[in-house]
Amino acid sequence: MQGIQDYAGIAGTDVIDQLRQLAEPLRGMKVVHVNSTRVGGGVAEILAKLVPLMNDLGIETHWEVITGNADFYQCTKHFHNALQGDSVEIPASLLRNFEEINRQNAEQLRPALEDADIVFIHDPQPAPLLSMMPERKGRWIWRCHIDVSRPHRPVWKYLRPFLTGYDASIWSLPDFAQSLPHPQYIIPPSIDPLSDKNVELPASEVEEVYSRFDIDPQRPLLTQVSRYDRFKDPVGVIRAYRLSKDFAPGLQLVLAGGSATDDPEGEAVLDEVHAAANGDPDVKILLLPSDAHRTINALQRASDIVMQKSTKEGFGLTVTEALWKGKPVIGGNTGGIRLQVINHHTGFLVSTPEGAALRTRYLLNHREVLESMGQKARTFVRDNFLLTRHLREYLTLMVILRNDHADRVELS
Amino acid sequence: MNQGPEGRSFAFKDCALAAIATGLRAQNLRELRDRLLQVDSSSIYHHFWGGLLRPQFDEPEYNNDFAAWAHRALRDHIAAERLSVIDPTTFPSLEELRDEVVDVIEQRLAEHETLAWSKPDEQFSFIRSQIVVFDTHRSIEDPAALAQGIPESSTSSVFYHFIDARRRTPKGRDDYTTWLCGFDGQYDGLVARLADIDPYFVSLRELREQLSAAVGGYFQEQAKENV
Repeated sequence: MQGIQDYAGIAGTDVIDQLRQLAEPLRGMKVVHVNSTRVGGGVAEILAKLVPLMNDLGIETHWEVITGNADFYQCTKHFHNALQGDSVEIPASLLRNFEEINRQNAEQLRPALEDADIVFIHDPQPAPLLSMMPERKGRWIWRCHIDVSRPHRPVWKYLRPFLTGYDASIWSLPDFAQSLPHPQYIIPPSIDPLSDKNVELPASEVEEVYSRFDIDPQRPLLTQVSRYDRFKDPVGVIRAYRLSKDFAPGLQLVLAGGSATDDPEGEAVLDEVHAAANGDPDVKILLLPSDAHRTINALQRASDIVMQKSTKEGFGLTVTEALWKGKPVIGGNTGGIRLQVINHHTGFLVSTPEGAALRTRYLLNHREVLESMGQKARTFVRDNFLLTRHLREYLTLMVILRNDHADRVELS
Repeated sequence: MNQGPEGRSFAFKDCALAAIATGLRAQNLRELRDRLLQVDSSSIYHHFWGGLLRPQFDEPEYNNDFAAWAHRALRDHIAAERLSVIDPTTFPSLEELRDEVVDVIEQRLAEHETLAWSKPDEQFSFIRSQIVVFDTHRSIEDPAALAQGIPESSTSSVFYHFIDARRRTPKGRDDYTTWLCGFDGQYDGLVARLADIDPYFVSLRELREQLSAAVGGYFQEQAKENV
């Protein structure tokens, strides 16, 4: 487990000093984060790192996970899809179950949550907890990790009353913020440069994935790492690969994904992906366990180009991970990918499989551009999307909350 | 703030910004103009200066958010170019800066026969920011120590002292200059060098380098003259 000082080598000692100074007035506070899964997905990964570091800074921080039944996860998956714009009708029975599961979790978590100075509730799954804690003493913040720029209105209308009582909300991009009666803060997420998924690897560990997954190291490799989710458009990636392969016959594609415990749709999408690949030996479809962080790290490092052809994306931490490894990213022109993929600098934004194929061909034919983009990409992430920046913004927000949302807070 | 009347000490401070969505959005230049007229001036400030401290690419094509949006989302390159040359350091107040932006947009609206619209997911979102200022526990008594103090400062500390200071000090000066002016004209040469630095068209990293070079060069020359 890393401490805050371990990040000085990468982020700089001034950054660490800043964090300590910002945390000073928050020492002794009790903070609780609540989400719906301990493993799988970007939220759990961030919390696994953020919580120990906040403790290391002297802020007593806990991470609670709500539990639910299959209907609960089915319902919250519908929420997820609907908030990202899908027209989904959710049966009333699922909504009743969603509220009942939250009530059960509220009873279990009541002592911890009522006593906390600040509670961060992540995503819609535990959102109703606030309305079930009338005796709460602290400030409650709803953290939305999803692209809610154009939600399916009936579902947003259902969820909104659960959110209006929060003291503040946090969104990854300004475009996602909604009409709510409290301050809506903008904090993009981050990656942890010291985690297994991002740490530097010995060459032997990168080379090992070639043999393990039957990848030819002499031929170019295109990779997309993400859950098997339609919004990630894995079938579109296969189409882009096919279009590119006409011009780069040696091209190989790896689709590497796992499944999160709160995603019941993954299997159906995986079947669609297998059908689209149609047995092509140069397409490797990997279903990796949720703790295969070093394998994913190695696959990203082994790749020439990383793709993230999402049609909707909250932020796209897999993009950040690839950029950090010095890989240019061809990404869908949506959500947080736009914040990271800067056309002609760190990669290319595309809207179609055809566009993705065009950019793949360009990069494979211009190796010097590919290399220089990769270098820029790493610097860009170091300056903007590391965990230390994320932590600083959480601390800043907490200081502001303690000072009643004052526009200017001068700490002595 | 940094000028101790007795000890004349300069306390290095640092800052962090929190960005807040205002809920105001625009999908074309006319809406942008209308929202600009109603938005809090702190939002105008954020869209000209906040980019220096928030996650963004260090070599942006355009230096303020309005110009970048006109280029990216509206594909109105004429508006983008005109908005991009507005230098906020040349306006004594945010209200005058607001007037200038509105004026440029109105000029463009008058030329336009049709209005360019952004896609719904590429609207301009108005942001404002809150600032937390904190002590670094570093201070200096001798101006020559600035030559070491500035390069050792974080970029956000440079933002606080060289940019944020201009909107919170009565004379609209940066903190280094305010402090140096308290030495009865002894450092006027250095003050003049600092005045030549335009903080708007560079990244904070570059700004820190320019300030370090100006201060370091000044004291090196002074040392040579004194030998």
